[in-house]
Amino acid sequence: MTLDLVIFIISALTAIFGALMMIFQRNPVASVMYMILSLVSQAVLYMQLGALFIGAVLIIVYAGAILVLFLFVIMMLNLRQTEDMDSDSTPISKLAKFLVSGLLFLEMLFVVRGSYFQSSVETGLLSPQIDDFGSVESVAELLFTTYLYPFELTSILLLTAIVGAVVIARKPSNEDPVEILPFDSDDDEFKSAKAAE
Amino acid sequence: MFEIVVITVIKVSVVMMAILTGCAYSTWLERKVLARMQNRVGPTYAGPFGLLQPVADGLKIIFKEDLVPKNAEKVMFALAPIVTFVPAILTFAVIPFGADRILFGHHVKMVISDLNIGVLWIFAVTSLGIYGIILAGWSSGSKYSLMGGLRASAQMISYEVSYGLSIIGVIILANTLSLTEIISKQSSDSIWFFENWYIWKQPLGFFLYLTCAIAETNRAPFDMAEAESELVAGYHTEYSSMRFSMFFIAEYANMLAVSSVGAVLFFGGWNGPVLPSILWFLIKVFLFMFFYIWLRATFPRFRYDQLMSFGWKVLFPLALLNTMVTAGFKMIK
Repeated sequence: MTLDLVIFIISALTAIFGALMMIFQRNPVASVMYMILSLVSQAVLYMQLGALFIGAVLIIVYAGAILVLFLFVIMMLNLRQTEDMDSDSTPISKLAKFLVSGLLFLEMLFVVRGSYFQSSVETGLLSPQIDDFGSVESVAELLFTTYLYPFELTSILLLTAIVGAVVIARKPSNEDPVEILPFDSDDDEFKSAKAAE
Repeated sequence: MFEIVVITVIKVSVVMMAILTGCAYSTWLERKVLARMQNRVGPTYAGPFGLLQPVADGLKIIFKEDLVPKNAEKVMFALAPIVTFVPAILTFAVIPFGADRILFGHHVKMVISDLNIGVLWIFAVTSLGIYGIILAGWSSGSKYSLMGGLRASAQMISYEVSYGLSIIGVIILANTLSLTEIISKQSSDSIWFFENWYIWKQPLGFFLYLTCAIAETNRAPFDMAEAESELVAGYHTEYSSMRFSMFFIAEYANMLAVSSVGAVLFFGGWNGPVLPSILWFLIKVFLFMFFYIWLRATFPRFRYDQLMSFGWKVLFPLALLNTMVTAGFKMIK
């Protein structure tokens, strides 16, 4: 047993454990914490494959930013233990749930099957497909040459979303300033305060 | 194989000991320096110059009662100090603290892990530190904790943007994300040994880094999270005994971490003449720590809205400008 294999087994099992516990938890905050555990173990797997950049970005973007937002929303809405999750489920919604999760499961099976037959038989479990896959240089080169236009378009899309969010979240009073101070010309106190300024 | 494991384990233990000792004596330094600046004497009873004060504090805090509030979410409440503490320590995994050396016939690099994405590792680990604070604030079941936790996390998220952008300038100049290479690019053989330090080329970047680092570590004048005049003690109001001291150690470990990163990125890391490289590194980190304490003694606390608008309306545009100008110069060259 090499050290690599030991690390792989530990982090793979932790990732699966975290993912399962995330689903089976009733407390949403605990769910988020298990999801972070799963993401961090996945990042370890990426780093083990030599894709250091992808591993780091997984932690920075998902664990460090997006899940913080999840946590914020959960706390703001004060979702503690949701007592009765099935209370408002009708037969149709139940069917939809099973259909969607079944489809996702099938999709996952296809991905696993495809990648298994492509690579792992000859090259072993732990080797990446391309040399220098997922390093800063290779990702940057792809982003700024082959996929330059999609990359720039995505950034414009994100910018639009940010501006849109700011516009929606803005209070209407900011756009249309209302006079808050009651202006009374006979008020001596107010006059003297104005003069002092 | 076996040799690498042994060397790494030794390095990790030495660095851990150094961090914990450093944290303990940072508290002593802070009390002494603050006392001097406020015309007091500070701790004097335990040992010469009060040098044993951290030990006495540690012993005292271990024997305190460990209280858990009735409203607390027990598991999360216990988890939060650990989640805060671990990322604070993890940053040191990539920080080079000296030149390579031959020890007992082995070529030893004075860094635990010479990752070629060292800077990204630091961001990744820093971004995980927020969870401890949010969890502590939420799980305590107290309004002061909750407000403190929400404020601290909002502040950290806001300043993380400028914090990241302030470093981009250095990365563009150095053309690498590896901290070891960033240090070696700042070395110089001439008598002006500091001529290649990035602080001269990135003065604005350094100012931004320093400001954001203070906000990231929740220190005065940005210590909104524990504004005692309004929030009792912020997110760790309900904590006591060793759990409280874990937050405390994490705060100082974070300070040491951002000081070390600042020394590496802007002051040439362990580069310096005559003295041993490790000593140079420690001197630079010490100067940063002193600056922190100095700031705490000098500036009053910002108001929360001032803090947020300062972060978003001043620091963020400046950081973008710095990035653009640096990239422009790089293009012209």
